[in-house]
Amino acid sequence: MVAARNGGGRAHLFGYRRPDGRVGIRNHVLILPVDDISNAAVEGVAALVDGTLALPHAYGRLQYGEDLEVHFRTLIGTGSNPNVAAVVVVGIEEVWTRRVADGIAASGTPVAWHAIERHGDFETIRRAAWSARAFVQDASELRREPVALGELRMSIKCGESDTTTGLASCPATAVAVDRLVDEGGTVLFGETTELTGGEHLIAGRMATPELRERFLGFYRRYVADIEEGDADLLGSQPTEGNIAGGLSTIEEKALGNIEKTGTKPVVGVLDLAEAPDGPGLWFMDSSSAAAEHITLMGAGGAVVHLFPTGQGNVIGNPIVPVIKISGNPVTVETMGEHIDVDVTGLLTRELTLPAAGERVIELLCRTANGRLTAAEVLRHREFSLTRLYRSA
Amino acid sequence: MHSFLIHQQGDHVGVAVRDVDAGERAVAVFLDDDSTVEIDVAEAVPLGHKVAVADVDPGAPVLKYGLPIGTTPDGFRRGHYVHTHNLRSARW
Repeated sequence: MVAARNGGGRAHLFGYRRPDGRVGIRNHVLILPVDDISNAAVEGVAALVDGTLALPHAYGRLQYGEDLEVHFRTLIGTGSNPNVAAVVVVGIEEVWTRRVADGIAASGTPVAWHAIERHGDFETIRRAAWSARAFVQDASELRREPVALGELRMSIKCGESDTTTGLASCPATAVAVDRLVDEGGTVLFGETTELTGGEHLIAGRMATPELRERFLGFYRRYVADIEEGDADLLGSQPTEGNIAGGLSTIEEKALGNIEKTGTKPVVGVLDLAEAPDGPGLWFMDSSSAAAEHITLMGAGGAVVHLFPTGQGNVIGNPIVPVIKISGNPVTVETMGEHIDVDVTGLLTRELTLPAAGERVIELLCRTANGRLTAAEVLRHREFSLTRLYRSA
Repeated sequence: MHSFLIHQQGDHVGVAVRDVDAGERAVAVFLDDDSTVEIDVAEAVPLGHKVAVADVDPGAPVLKYGLPIGTTPDGFRRGHYVHTHNLRSARW
């Protein structure tokens, strides 16, 4: 065990303070495509310039309306995340490429943009590589400085849940959530449809009646969207993995899921990929699919993610370190390379809940200080954009 | 050593923390007050799956965390295995 705290009980944390004052715990230089057809150029730049991270994705052409706004918010939020030192934006044409770059520049993050039309991939890669080389060298000179736990913005979501998540990994995560909020930090949660059966519990924790209505509006709209499509979620919620793990209904899954949100009031309700503008516990309307969810949370500025898992979800994210917490002894034994925090002792009662929570907080601090998570080491870099409807 | 954990008093189900065989007399612990209860387990319950710790009538809500997690169309008896065969969502 590495001591994360000194005698005064305060964590020694060191992070990267960005131009807008926010704190990051990683120092990535992103090569960010605006659209799917720019992936090849982006990967070309990343192959030439060491220390860059390409974020290829599947979308960005002929989107419109609210779906397009979510696309822009997600790309701009990702580029503005405090774990990112600088961004090279590449798109097929100039207008949307510049729009993403300008959005990122508003956060103070250094950004360059390059459009492929009238240049082709070769010339675009050449120009973008020059930008990337300068950014990587500048980023390599940035130093970590002392920061407070309460300066971190964290997100939470569980996956491949089973009954052990509600008994062990989610309650242990809740201890860390409450601690971070007490220290003045910001925590984001979501998984809109996965609150079904416990949505009244979250609604009851909203700080104001207006927030309660806004939350219930998001919840009802999401469920209505599903029902409008003449589909239902039986067979998808709970998932086959959830059922194999002993969860029988969406209500049972939701009540375990909600355990991880802790006890604090919810002080804000966000649309997809929106960033909070203050501390405390915030809800974001979001898919419960892990890759989409953490991508949205990263766009909302989360710099670290706590991920309780029962049956063993292997998710990671390119810019947000994902910390896996499991209380399932079979998962810890058979999928140990994916698990960062073992809280199986909660099932055998050899571990108390406060002690399990301290394990999570300790690993959170070590991760913030630079320790790589299992998902980072295993190159899990799932970057998955949420779509609201099909392209034109 | 306990075999089941029950979230709180009044819940109808407990969760197996190991694979439990049919015919075992097993200890269950209530997490809210640390009290224990013995259950004669009528059907095998795998790790992470649920056993009934109370009789529940047909059509009645099934409680876990003190809250309904669905209903049981045909009811079930204490000691029996509870899963998708005898517990249905009330939502979809």
